[in-house]
Amino acid sequence: MRAQHQIGGGRWQVELELCGSGDPLLYLHGAGGLLGVDPFLAELSKDFKVIAPHLPGYGESTGGELVEDVVDACLFYHQLLDDLGIASTNVIGHSMGGMLAAELAALDVHRVKKLVLVSPAGFWLEQHPIPDPFAMDLPELAAHLFHDPKSPLAQMFTTIPSDPQQLADMYVERTKRLTQASRFLWPIPDRGLKKRAWRIAAPTLLVWGESDRLIPPVYAGEFASRIRNCRSVTIKHAGHMVMYEQPEEFVRIVRDFLKG
Amino acid sequence: MKFTAFHLMSYPNLPSDFTERYRSVWVDIPRALYDPQLGHRIYNEYLDQLELADRLGFDGIGVNEHHQNAYGLMPSPNIMAAALARRTRHASLVVLGNSIALYNPPIRVAEEFAMLDVISGGRLVAGFPVGTAMDTNYCYGEIPATLREKYREAHDLIIRAWTENDIFSFNGKYNKLRYVNLWPKPLQRPHPPVWIPGGGSIETWDFCAEHDYQYSFLSFFGYVAAKKVADGYWETMARKGKPLNPYSMAFAQGVVVAPTDQEAERDFAPHADYFYNRCLHIHPNFADAPGYRTLNSIRAALQSGLPVKLKQHYSWKDLVDDGIIIAGSPRTVRERLREAMKSLNCGHLITGIHMGSMPPELVRQNAELFAREVMPYLRDMWSEWEDKWSPHPLPESERAEPAPVDFRRPGLEHNRIISATPWRPAK
Repeated sequence: MRAQHQIGGGRWQVELELCGSGDPLLYLHGAGGLLGVDPFLAELSKDFKVIAPHLPGYGESTGGELVEDVVDACLFYHQLLDDLGIASTNVIGHSMGGMLAAELAALDVHRVKKLVLVSPAGFWLEQHPIPDPFAMDLPELAAHLFHDPKSPLAQMFTTIPSDPQQLADMYVERTKRLTQASRFLWPIPDRGLKKRAWRIAAPTLLVWGESDRLIPPVYAGEFASRIRNCRSVTIKHAGHMVMYEQPEEFVRIVRDFLKG
Repeated sequence: MKFTAFHLMSYPNLPSDFTERYRSVWVDIPRALYDPQLGHRIYNEYLDQLELADRLGFDGIGVNEHHQNAYGLMPSPNIMAAALARRTRHASLVVLGNSIALYNPPIRVAEEFAMLDVISGGRLVAGFPVGTAMDTNYCYGEIPATLREKYREAHDLIIRAWTENDIFSFNGKYNKLRYVNLWPKPLQRPHPPVWIPGGGSIETWDFCAEHDYQYSFLSFFGYVAAKKVADGYWETMARKGKPLNPYSMAFAQGVVVAPTDQEAERDFAPHADYFYNRCLHIHPNFADAPGYRTLNSIRAALQSGLPVKLKQHYSWKDLVDDGIIIAGSPRTVRERLREAMKSLNCGHLITGIHMGSMPPELVRQNAELFAREVMPYLRDMWSEWEDKWSPHPLPESERAEPAPVDFRRPGLEHNRIISATPWRPAK
């Protein structure tokens, strides 16, 4: 169910995907944002109360200019949870969202119960530089994001509408999203998480697609070495968009971890 | 009409298979292609050419800032302007300009521009471009989302540093300075004329109108394609109640002159080909960055139809027919240039005397023909308007004269090797 919420006394108008009931589960999307068709969220909502906000500057969420850095983003998520009456929650973050989820868990160890980081950004290894997604066109991006760039999913991702109005809308929305993402990822996706990751107390699961060509799986080792209570899972036949590429296995692993 | 001789200082020796082998002339061009020994020669030749333009009677000589590329080899145009300040006498030093969001603190730009203005006796034109996405976002790592805000703040700080009489504190978002106290201050009061180089974004027009700055449209695609942008600029000026003074706009137009139209094609076509097909070989994904253009500018561009797709390859005929360059005999060039500047309502022509890979002798011929056979015939244009955007230098009688130079050292033979053996361009 899509809902609009006033957050922080009207500072933000936030577009939220809300579904299911049970233990709360906050989902933080990656730089591309929610795709509009996100089946793994519906699947998870069978066991959890899923809350998936569009980051300010994405979709219908306003107030992007108030979220300029990691501290702003964490305060925004805290305010969102306060206004929804959620004292503590499980958190899943993907890519840029993984970086923000880790920061959230480090800044307030009491708010995050369990943490799932899916191909998270946030670190930079000199020997394994992350390719620049901002300088890629769609086919190039798809080749970095998907295990099989020829799959119907990847094809859907790279299809551009033939209707000029739809194309213009898509272009403007994509620019809006990536502009906001640039605050956290440009030009190097490292905003100092390595200084703070030691604070993360929540049991943490790292999930990586085996053929992730954007943030290579070698980064899992870096996260594992810096987060105390952490284990790591690699999913086969999946790339950076692992939860879209292998939704069943992804949901099973995440559910087992959160329920266990 | 006023005329500025401009130099991009392109690297003249990119291999002929450059476009097939490499994706971009900018940002990630291989360093191995740069030969510093050739660099030494061309920097000196290029400076000679701008010095010649001063003697030939151009109103201005122009340089600008680009990074990590072979299209324009001036990471610091201020270094070039400093060299020119000492070896020229009359022309304005048109620095178009410094990308002010890139300097921390931007006081550095206020200082260097003030130095140039003082050294040159008040001949500086201060250009404040945002800078291309390649330069600012990809090469200098500026976050696109905050580039323009940072630019505005840098602008405000520089103007205050130039104009306030007392020491002040500046509590900006990007710059925190307890003591702002510019030494030296610029010679021109309240400050050197400001030109804002732009590509065609709406916000730049508003910014120029609000501050009475000159708008320099630096297209390299000619006056025919520029009409739309010029009209947009003049509509903004009209809407803001500003006079439609042609001198409040400059336009960069490629112009080459030869004794006849045929000779123009014979002599210049290979160099135009080099410039348009090699120097402008920019990877499209570097030409924009998300947030570099505002959403308003993107929407406006989308509404006015998708941008004209740049051609994969430009022939001489494309370049001349589409007005991308104006080329030919003095007569042809005079007529076409008059028509061009009239259609744009533009009073400042910025024209490259050098293009791509032109050898020095051809640059000299081009500049001389332009100065003697074209410029005087267009001087009458816009004479009814006052040019409020050119520098006000000290009177000649009050300007310091650099001492004459004799490079010879006793006992050492002095050969002018550089001019004796011209380099050969790559095939």
